[in-house]
Amino acid sequence: MENPAPLLQVKGLVKSYNVPVLVDFDFSLRPGEVHALVGSNGAGKSTFARILSGLTLPDGGSMQILGRPYSPRSKREAEDAGVTMVLQELNVIGTLSVAENIFLNCLPRTAGFIRYHVLHEATRRALDRVGLAHVSPSTPASALGMGQQQLVEIAGILARNSRLIILDEPTAALTDPEIEQLFANIRRLQSEGVGIIYISHRMDEIQRIADRITVMRDGRMVATHTATDVIPSQLIREMVGHDLTERNPLDAGPTGGWALQVENLTSADVLHQVSFGVRHGEILGIAGLIGSGRTETLRAIFGADAKDGGEIIVNGQQATINNPQDALRAGIGLVPEDRKHQGLLLPQSILINTTLSTIPGHANRFGWMDSSAEAATTKDFCDRLEVRCSSSGQPVRELSGGNQQKVVIARWLARDCGILLFDEPTRGIDAAAKDTIHQLLRDLAGQSKALVVVSSELLELMAVCDRILVLSRGRITAEFTPSTWTQEKVTQAAFAGYLDTRESKQTT
Amino acid sequence: MTSTPKKLAEYAAMLGIWVGLLVMFGLLSQNFLTGATFSSLANRIPSLAVVATGMTLVLIIGGIDLSVGSVLGLCGSVMGVALVNAHLPCWVATLLALGIGLVAGTLNGVISVFFRIPSFIVTLGMLEIARGLAYLSTNSQTKYIGSPVEPMSAPIPGLGISPAFLMALFVIICSQVALSRTVFGRHLVAIGTNEEAVRLAGINPKPAKIAVFALLGLLSGLGGVFHTSRLGSSDPNAGMGLELSAIAAVVIGGTSLMGGRGSVVRTFFGVLIIATLEAGLAQVGASEPTKRVITGIVIVGAVILDAWRHNLNARGFRSLGKRTNP
Repeated sequence: MENPAPLLQVKGLVKSYNVPVLVDFDFSLRPGEVHALVGSNGAGKSTFARILSGLTLPDGGSMQILGRPYSPRSKREAEDAGVTMVLQELNVIGTLSVAENIFLNCLPRTAGFIRYHVLHEATRRALDRVGLAHVSPSTPASALGMGQQQLVEIAGILARNSRLIILDEPTAALTDPEIEQLFANIRRLQSEGVGIIYISHRMDEIQRIADRITVMRDGRMVATHTATDVIPSQLIREMVGHDLTERNPLDAGPTGGWALQVENLTSADVLHQVSFGVRHGEILGIAGLIGSGRTETLRAIFGADAKDGGEIIVNGQQATINNPQDALRAGIGLVPEDRKHQGLLLPQSILINTTLSTIPGHANRFGWMDSSAEAATTKDFCDRLEVRCSSSGQPVRELSGGNQQKVVIARWLARDCGILLFDEPTRGIDAAAKDTIHQLLRDLAGQSKALVVVSSELLELMAVCDRILVLSRGRITAEFTPSTWTQEKVTQAAFAGYLDTRESKQTT
Repeated sequence: MTSTPKKLAEYAAMLGIWVGLLVMFGLLSQNFLTGATFSSLANRIPSLAVVATGMTLVLIIGGIDLSVGSVLGLCGSVMGVALVNAHLPCWVATLLALGIGLVAGTLNGVISVFFRIPSFIVTLGMLEIARGLAYLSTNSQTKYIGSPVEPMSAPIPGLGISPAFLMALFVIICSQVALSRTVFGRHLVAIGTNEEAVRLAGINPKPAKIAVFALLGLLSGLGGVFHTSRLGSSDPNAGMGLELSAIAAVVIGGTSLMGGRGSVVRTFFGVLIIATLEAGLAQVGASEPTKRVITGIVIVGAVILDAWRHNLNARGFRSLGKRTNP
């Protein structure tokens, strides 16, 4: 192949939110090329995609499209330059017809009336390009399957003459035939000279579809390979990099009895026979890629979501947990992933938030609240967890992320839960507060509580956990102790379920 | 939780608005500030006050009940039928009316909670159903009852206010105490703020949600009894449009339609303001259409004022937080 002018040329792209997310990132894309982007959670892939599609502004660096400077300040500007992103969550409006979805922001009209014959003619042409010629333009989008909806979205992108398409985990919700159809379309787009940036965890698909593969780590470009020259294990090694400083192996492992045992936890399509146990005084980490079933595991144990099967055993006794009240009775607390929407009553006071799970304990048998007891409890836990606040009447909305998280934790400590499930306990929390939370987790384990911690940050898990389980596509693929874990091995296990997606689909 | 001085300042502000209205109408009309006006005010208030009290609790959990006026009409009608046609004793008729209200409210709650239908829709249906039943039960006729029910709305000699007014005050005080001091009240505020967080804190939000609609149904029944006793007759058209006055009184009192924030005492001030406005406008000879225009302006104005004041508070707090937490 001669060396055609690059469609996209990115040099020295820089972006940071509190911490650097992109550091001197270089990238190039040729017309008609599929360039895959791989990396662990937080490597900077999504940020790069957002910058390219005009959703985020970079702090520095330059981008050029076909030699012309490119710096989109909005999604609209990016689309005008021919750059479009297909989001992981589809952008299709189910109640509108296929035609209306495709041309939503440029409906052909006369004096405000939609010219349906023009619209439907253009739609038929657009659908034909993605192999959906059999779909009528007036079909409601909700009548189509996920895969077809995605193709409709791609048809819309093509109709707007996109030259560069970013696909973020496009196959996550697709069935095998739909994936084949998507790939056929990608090939057709390639032949028309459209450049495609393909972001995915699935190594087998990347190897099939990509021409080049770029590995990202900590916001940098680590390496770019020709797809045929590289094997998955090498990519994974590059994603992880060198093993960084790790914690000294624990002096003594926890020796308590089993606090929580989970057997064959199953939830349609999300969890497949997940089994594990946590001892008193132990911190068990759960690692895995986003969407691997980590959050679902915690929520199923806690009874927040219905499960299809599996047993929960608390302190050696079978526990029936169908809802969070049951979990509470069994002494299980959950610090949810999204603390603002699932954890806290933001406009309410620290006091109300702290005693939310112990309301009956702060009331007499006639339902009368004992406000001085509540104040005492709140003060006690705010002092113990060092919540920085002006008073216990301060609304939690005004607290920093770290202090908000402490309030959620205080709620479960007030309830004296023996088993605590933490979902991303330090997300969105600054480094200093992170440290405090880590210390707090260790203290809790020291009080012989059993902790399960889910985190996207491997280093965080390695810093606080006694043991790490790895989930991949809803299955446990590995278990590590401080003496056996390395970032590379954990990452390898996290990708294990995605290496050959076809085979695992056939076995389910 | 709001601190006591702040709460008192809020009450004082609403009292000020009410006194301002009284003074204004007093200046506009020679005959306004007389005993007759006040006794007619005191007579009108009880049924609206008890309904608005229940409505406050429903709005606090983020719900709404449009059926209160119809349910009030139905309960009054049933009371009339029980007394006039069935010749039942007065206390039985009253209990029957309250019971019907409780059933209607419970149905609202159960259906919206278990079928996950917005309360707006369920109670819209109940609005039609209850009004239809009111007409069916009375054959669309007003029934004259007279002396058996009238004492409840007649001023107690020497005290100047009626038993109905005293009962309404009692309901308001009990509801405010329940809201700020009991487990039930805490559940309501928490559910209205963030129901998912409440569920994940291990609290089942359903019982409290149903109870609050049931309570409003019961209070609508009580409102029906008050209304019937005031007129001395049962009227199937009673309470028409009452849901709007009740919601207006509640939002004038600063309760958020989004849930999570509200006060029954301030709702009572809202009731006073609405009732005074109506009485005053009638006194100065405003026509019915003019009354409605002015009432509408006052409602929207009051809510704008409250939103503005609330934002101001939130901002003030934030800058305070920054100062104490550099």
